[in-house]
Amino acid sequence: MSNETWVYVDQFKGTPLPASWEALGQAKTMGGPVTALVFGPGAQAIAKEAFQFGADQVLWSQHPLLEEFRAEAFAGLVAHLAAEKKPGLLLIPCTTRGRDITALVAAELGCGAIPDATGLETKDGALRVTRPVYAGKLFTTAVFASGGTRIVSLRPRAFAMPEAQPGKSGTATEVNPTQSESDLHTKVSGYVASEGGVSLTDAKIIVSGGRGVANNPNLTPPADITDDKQKEIWKAQQGFKLVRELASVLGAAVGASRAAVDAGYIPYANQVGQTGKVVSPDVYIACGISGAIQHQAGMRTAKTIVAINKDPEAPIFGLARFGVVGDMHQVLPALTEELKKRLGK
Amino acid sequence: MNIVVCVKQTPDSAAKVTVEGGHVSWGDAPLIVNPWDEYAVEEALRQKEKHGGKVTAISMGPESAREALKTGLAMGCDEAILVSDAGLKGSDTLGTARVLASAIRKIGAVDLALFGRQAIDGDTGLTTGQVARLLGWPVLTYVAAVEEIKPETKTMRVQRMIDEGRQVVQAQLPAVMSVTKEINEPRYPSFMGIRKASKATIPTWSIAELGVEPSQVGRGGALVSWSEIYAPPVHKVECEVVKGETPQETARVLVDRLIAEKVI
Repeated sequence: MSNETWVYVDQFKGTPLPASWEALGQAKTMGGPVTALVFGPGAQAIAKEAFQFGADQVLWSQHPLLEEFRAEAFAGLVAHLAAEKKPGLLLIPCTTRGRDITALVAAELGCGAIPDATGLETKDGALRVTRPVYAGKLFTTAVFASGGTRIVSLRPRAFAMPEAQPGKSGTATEVNPTQSESDLHTKVSGYVASEGGVSLTDAKIIVSGGRGVANNPNLTPPADITDDKQKEIWKAQQGFKLVRELASVLGAAVGASRAAVDAGYIPYANQVGQTGKVVSPDVYIACGISGAIQHQAGMRTAKTIVAINKDPEAPIFGLARFGVVGDMHQVLPALTEELKKRLGK
Repeated sequence: MNIVVCVKQTPDSAAKVTVEGGHVSWGDAPLIVNPWDEYAVEEALRQKEKHGGKVTAISMGPESAREALKTGLAMGCDEAILVSDAGLKGSDTLGTARVLASAIRKIGAVDLALFGRQAIDGDTGLTTGQVARLLGWPVLTYVAAVEEIKPETKTMRVQRMIDEGRQVVQAQLPAVMSVTKEINEPRYPSFMGIRKASKATIPTWSIAELGVEPSQVGRGGALVSWSEIYAPPVHKVECEVVKGETPQETARVLVDRLIAEKVI
């Protein structure tokens, strides 16, 4: 094994994910030369950025086989290159694509993989990887048995973003997949757009709503809604409008508790928690969320938590740095207005 | 359609999990079917109901994992197989994947192998992809909707949940897929199902029966191990309660504090 550290640069439609640069920042601390792997549309342009964030060398490919993300094609190329050059360590951002690459490359090369790391250190020459298990209720220090490329995927936003060094460059080498279309068993036929807005995983600020979004006593649903469940959902949508307005002023993503998702107030894609997304924003604003242990599992690593809840006994206040005991339907509009003034919007 | 669904037994998601003497403890909390896997069982049953065929549930684990398989049978799976062997203790994800891939091969002529997106104990989410790679089958992770499966042409089309929305992918069968919560609403075991499950015989397969190389699984074959396990560092946060006479004043004080503390 060489002392090289490789970094897989994750991207979507030509835009690199910030977690890729966080991984490059970690790679630089490992001491050896750093190689970035940049595959897919716009790879050559992304390679230039990879140098600025610390790569010494870039292996890139814009081959038509890599036009859309397919785990078998992308992992196939990573595994092929790693089998040949034998880097000691391969760092991958732990996104949905990153997890697939981690799994497939480890299985193909027969090497160890540790996913979703939140800490990385070398002690007495051995790499020690910190990662949450049991939905963050416990932490483990995972270690590798000897031999082979070690693969670690890094939780987005758990590691520092390195400073870009403008003008820095390095050696860019084009590489090509060894597979051809007939070797592949999958084909991407398109995308179903999400609701848009800021992605939860990348978000610096998240505003989340819980069951409380449906509890505005001052609202009367339109007369044409007669079904009780539909009335409740209508009320909840008005509540989430307040959450979205606050999120919009802050440039934040919108999250939700499982209770709100299960009640049909908002799609599952917005769910934060043990059975939803695990997030680590700088600021997490929980509105009308009591803070069940399963919800905490998804957001407890946020740097600062702000809780707005009517119930002063709600467990969310035990995590919160700032708390407002009050009705979110009154507090949120006031907060949105105040922030508009103060942030000059 | 010959469908296999892999289930894991885990502590209840509401359990208070602690470390006692270097071992993980969940007190009196029950062991359950990994919540994500229930969606996989449900999807397997729905596809069988649509296309005919058979659903086999497999679990690798200790003897107690038989209970998880019984839940699968009670929900409607046709058969269940427990893979259990003292030599499997301490397996890492790749070891587990080797065992499950061998079991799927041994069952034979499988069209689709289903998994939950991850297990709520180890939280790795790697096994699905590793099983697929070892079998040489395509992998579809985080499936949120199965648009169609055509057994006659051995093709399927699904929507995968990705960070940016949903990706629509076609794949050839046989395939391996993992599912997310959005895909369905798992059914409760029926009374008849529970009765049937309680009488079912669940065969146990050993490492030798699977033809797995003993040195590649278990603690000895693990390329990754947990050298330490501990409670997360407690960040004692003192909650500062912000109060104002009116919501407007509360908002003003809160924003003052957030700016003063450089939160925003």
